[in-house]
Amino acid sequence: MTDRIILKASWELELLRKSNRLVAETLAELERRVRPGVTTLELDRFAETFLQSRGARPAFKGYRNYPFTLCTSVNEQIVHGLPSDRVLAEGDVLSLDMGAIVDGYYGDAAVTLPVGRIAPEAERLLQVTRECLDRAIGAARSGGRLVDIGSAVQGHAEAHGYSVVRAFVGHGIGKNLHEAPQIPNFVEAGRGRGPVLKPGMVLAIEPMINAGGPDVRLLPDRWTAVTVDGSLSAHFEHTVAVTENGTEILTALQSSGT
Amino acid sequence: MPKEEAVEVEGTVVEPLPNAMFRVQLETGHKVLAHVSGKMRMHFIRILPGDKVIVELSPYDLTRGRIIYRYK
Repeated sequence: MTDRIILKASWELELLRKSNRLVAETLAELERRVRPGVTTLELDRFAETFLQSRGARPAFKGYRNYPFTLCTSVNEQIVHGLPSDRVLAEGDVLSLDMGAIVDGYYGDAAVTLPVGRIAPEAERLLQVTRECLDRAIGAARSGGRLVDIGSAVQGHAEAHGYSVVRAFVGHGIGKNLHEAPQIPNFVEAGRGRGPVLKPGMVLAIEPMINAGGPDVRLLPDRWTAVTVDGSLSAHFEHTVAVTENGTEILTALQSSGT
Repeated sequence: MPKEEAVEVEGTVVEPLPNAMFRVQLETGHKVLAHVSGKMRMHFIRILPGDKVIVELSPYDLTRGRIIYRYK
């Protein structure tokens, strides 16, 4: 990853719209299939087949030797959970994170979904994390600063007694899955306000919020990140483009400008 | 994505080079080319061979670094 933020031309945005929209469609299809009794590996197989049927490639598969299309992170798993024979149970909270490549351009998004009926506390965590993402997107405006995004997430999460994961960050995206800048979901002391946001920047914003403390531990599989205290974690991600007069969510099913 | 941060390591200055660069021997045994951070230049912190320093290494090029602290 270089340090330079790559601004995208309008024809590149067109391609990014395609790949990101496909990610959104796949996640919507997956959402209809998430229920108690389904395994995370079945969801992974479905996503891969679905992408291929649309002429796209999974973006995570092969990235640093990641072996799957999806990241499926259940309950206290924060991100990068490996799909497996694990059977989803009523009351689980499942984060699905996925990327796709269309014509060389990457799409990336994530949602956290309830499996059947979930506890009210879990419901609340999902709601607040979704709101954190909304606020972060609202802060990603031309003329603003990178820190505005992290500040929006952290302020909202901590006001609800939750904590923000520090070990993982959002990122620029384009012809690579991860580009500059790194987008922390928190304010880093002594790091200044970060670069000024400009039209043409395409950012994958992904707050990860824990019901308990912010600390993260990796499981022996060297991928799955879990909360150290075992508390529930939620993760939502959209890829957005900063435009002249607002922010375009590229991974929304209906194209929605703000 | 995982947060990528510059790694900080301790080392000893072995040799001054032109342009405020130094050859630094790291604790790990490696030798790296390091420049003095702008903040240290602003405060006129002098660096001499033999000084113990903290060097920040970029995760991309582990043979170059930035001296960010000199032990008293």
